Amino acid sequence: MSTVATTPAAAAAAEALPRKQSRVWRKFRANKAALLGGAIVAFFVIVALLAPLLPIVDPTATDWLAVRQAPSAVHPFGTDEIGRSVLSRMVWGAQASLLAGVVSVAIAVCLGVPLGVMAGYLGGWTDAAISRVTEAMLAAPFLILAIALAAFLGPSLTNAMIAIGLSAMPIFIRLARGQTMQVMTEDYVESARAVGLTHWALVTRYILPNIFPPILVQSTLTIATAIIAEASLSFLGLGQQPPAPSWGSMLNVAKNFLEQAPWMALYPGAAIFLVVLGFNLLGDGLRDALDPRDH
Amino acid sequence: MTAILSARDLRREFVTKRPLFGAPTVVRAVDGVSLDIAAGETFAIVGESGCGKSTLARLLLRLIDPTGGEVWYDGEDLAHLPADRMRALRRDLQFIFQDPFSSLNPQMSVGALIEEPMRAHGIGTPAERRARVADLLSRVGLRPEHADRYPHEFSGGQRQRIGIARALASGPKVLIGDEPVSALDVSIQAQVVNLLEDLKDEFGLTLVIIAHDLAVIRHMATRVAVMYLGEVVELAPAADLYAAPKHPYTETLLAAIPVAAWGARPARTLVEGDPPNPIAPPPGCRFHPRCPYATDICRTERPVLTDAGEGRSVACHRAAELSLAGLDGAEPGRSPAAAARFALYARAMAGDPDKTNDPETGQTQPRQTGD
Repeated sequence: MSTVATTPAAAAAAEALPRKQSRVWRKFRANKAALLGGAIVAFFVIVALLAPLLPIVDPTATDWLAVRQAPSAVHPFGTDEIGRSVLSRMVWGAQASLLAGVVSVAIAVCLGVPLGVMAGYLGGWTDAAISRVTEAMLAAPFLILAIALAAFLGPSLTNAMIAIGLSAMPIFIRLARGQTMQVMTEDYVESARAVGLTHWALVTRYILPNIFPPILVQSTLTIATAIIAEASLSFLGLGQQPPAPSWGSMLNVAKNFLEQAPWMALYPGAAIFLVVLGFNLLGDGLRDALDPRDH
Repeated sequence: MTAILSARDLRREFVTKRPLFGAPTVVRAVDGVSLDIAAGETFAIVGESGCGKSTLARLLLRLIDPTGGEVWYDGEDLAHLPADRMRALRRDLQFIFQDPFSSLNPQMSVGALIEEPMRAHGIGTPAERRARVADLLSRVGLRPEHADRYPHEFSGGQRQRIGIARALASGPKVLIGDEPVSALDVSIQAQVVNLLEDLKDEFGLTLVIIAHDLAVIRHMATRVAVMYLGEVVELAPAADLYAAPKHPYTETLLAAIPVAAWGARPARTLVEGDPPNPIAPPPGCRFHPRCPYATDICRTERPVLTDAGEGRSVACHRAAELSLAGLDGAEPGRSPAAAARFALYARAMAGDPDKTNDPETGQTQPRQTGD
């Protein structure tokens, strides 16, 4: 997006102006909370990716001589009820939890936002049909719907992610529909029609960029919900299959030993808390940085 | 007169309430308007808020679909054109919006906003388009390097200039402005009006300007159509209309213009109250409940827009017998004290040429937020 400089003076002035990308990055960088959120998320992502390379024991290896050991030099985060290293399971479980959070939200956004925008943009019967189905889905509690779908699809982590994604979809349909309808009342959408834009150009250049911030914020919140939902499904045997670890399944087992071995619950719980916090801070920061109206 | 844009019995109804049982409530925002807009003229449409003038402007460009009637442009009826043909024709017919704060997409840079009409109609290569964006920016009184900035960094007047540059980008033949200056400060209004005048001559445009008061368009319009409750009540060449209105409603509008002259008549209100509810317009002449000249026929029979000679039409039963007061053409006079101050100001300006810069365009601060 550079100007054709007509005079040397104009060229110099144009060069002095910051580019759009660097402006967004500068605003993001100035936001300490967003940087912290990004760092937390990045840390867990790197740990999850590096799990095979880290010098830790096999997360499924049991040691009956070291059952429910408190954290020590040998077992930094302690061991669980059948003597597996909590640290190893945490590191490997990060893969399942982060994947479940991100992939299921990606499914929900990729299906829900186009449907919501369609409903809001086209209105009429399209809107009526999409909205009624959405309301029917919202009538069932999120987790119940996810459990039903997961049971229908069969127990595996992939199916759990699909089930969570589909259950979270109605929230995004409704959000995208409402935001689209609000943006449609703006004069600039009428100006896009007056210019003679195609529907596709209008939706991609006018509607989607303007409904993006609330969807981003909702996504970060839903990642948190999805990580917890994955935990619940794993507990019911519908998500991550034992003995493969996930934070959710660890937490659900640990609740039986809260008095004898609190460390079993402490570390997965803290990890979920931190990741959710990280995603929320990151989402808020991104929203602020991407909004050209804010300072 | 060759008409470039014509409306024939144009109608638009809005359903405000649609109960489960019973008849829906309907507002006739535009009720049978016929107009011929000549190529190269500045055609003004005036009326109070709610009289349907903005709806009419949008109907003329089919930004909303009419309930009935036709709009002719270049041998084609816009009201019944397929969507993609209409989209192609938008290259020739552009629109300037009233509110410069909400009519520019906040997510797009100024350059992208102005380039967009050219992209939409496949005009030029990217390099040519950027060159034209720079050219248009300087043409409307902004600087080429403003292309990289975002709308929120500009004041209201500057944004309206961006909106005008965007409307000009595709090389339109007809430009319709929906109260293009009413959201701006009075000091900026004159600048934007003058800019539109200049651009009209330079680009050979036909301008259609919607306004709610006659003062703004007085020196600009070739012809004026006065609207009341969805109907055109008077249509006349601007000079004639201002000098000698033929419809009592036009007289009312003229009387409401304050005259900034020493010892001139004050602004007056000839009629009381608000316009009647357009959902249930009064029988007969729609203006009769507020009209000081109304007689029995006005209460029962609806007047139609008829030719009154000299290129004028009027919808009034008593048009021939009434002699209504216009606005005398005298230039505004000044009190001796004001004249002295203006002379002082002129001398000060002549001595310091830097300060004669347009305060709107000579940006001195990196950010300007609103007026």
